[in-house]
Amino acid sequence: MKEIIYAINKEFESRVRLGIMSVLMVNDQADFNTLKELLELTDGNLSSHLKGLEKAGYVKARKRFVNRKPNTTYSATRAGRKAFEQHLRALEQYIRKQR
Amino acid sequence: MIEKTHLDNIREIRHLMERSSRFLSLSGLSGIIIGLYALATAFISAWYVRQHGYDVESYHLLAFLPNGDTNNAFLNFHIYLAVALLLLSFLTAWVFTRQAASRQGLPSWDATAKRMTINLLIPLFAGGLFILALLQRLEISLVIPAMLLFYGLALLNASKYTFNDIRFLGLLQILAGLLAAFLPSYGLWLWAAGFGLLHILYGIMMYYKYRQ
Repeated sequence: MKEIIYAINKEFESRVRLGIMSVLMVNDQADFNTLKELLELTDGNLSSHLKGLEKAGYVKARKRFVNRKPNTTYSATRAGRKAFEQHLRALEQYIRKQR
Repeated sequence: MIEKTHLDNIREIRHLMERSSRFLSLSGLSGIIIGLYALATAFISAWYVRQHGYDVESYHLLAFLPNGDTNNAFLNFHIYLAVALLLLSFLTAWVFTRQAASRQGLPSWDATAKRMTINLLIPLFAGGLFILALLQRLEISLVIPAMLLFYGLALLNASKYTFNDIRFLGLLQILAGLLAAFLPSYGLWLWAAGFGLLHILYGIMMYYKYRQ
């Protein structure tokens, strides 16, 4: 049991982070507004979680200008994908053990 | 308690993965209506052909008059008919999809909708231009197979970005197209089956499966 709980990644404990990673797992990239709409979040909330994931090395940001407006797109790094998959496996095991 | 939040999390992960990568507001009802348009079009065409004293099975030969000239009246009539059907169908799909999206509280023109549309339109445009080339060369017997084949390929391509069910519809259209290529005298029947019947059946299925 202990090792399973350990594998449940602290970085993904928040629902927002879980949501961000879910979107980035199935899309090559997503911009800030798309994420905001999908997750129904405020700018501040979303950007603080994105920063957290960036710091952990799970998410990569790329800043560009579209029609002179700044536009940031995010994508999952290889480490992020691996960590997320591990996290999902751990969740699955945890739930199975509970039954 | 912990178990419950984990289950909720997993449910939400699945929902977000699907919602962010697939366009899920296609309307089954529009499929039914487009299928009915297509059946009506096939009937009009069959009526036209019979009016002029031919039978539907010799359809693919009607590009030429008995004296060897091109049958411009036949060609023009069918080009207008096809263009009218195409425009009406697109309009219907657009209106119903917007309605379905707004009922689900989703944007009807988001990244997933764009991706699906682009992937649908690429094979469709290629097919449209290819058919223009066929018409220019008066290769009329290949027009119906090309319509079905390219439409099937377009659906197959778009299915990665919307309901998976569309993939099978695409495969069936491709099958109808190949049959029409080898059995040209059944062309109009296969066209009516593909664009008419399959759309209606699929629309009914989608309507009951997803209630929209």
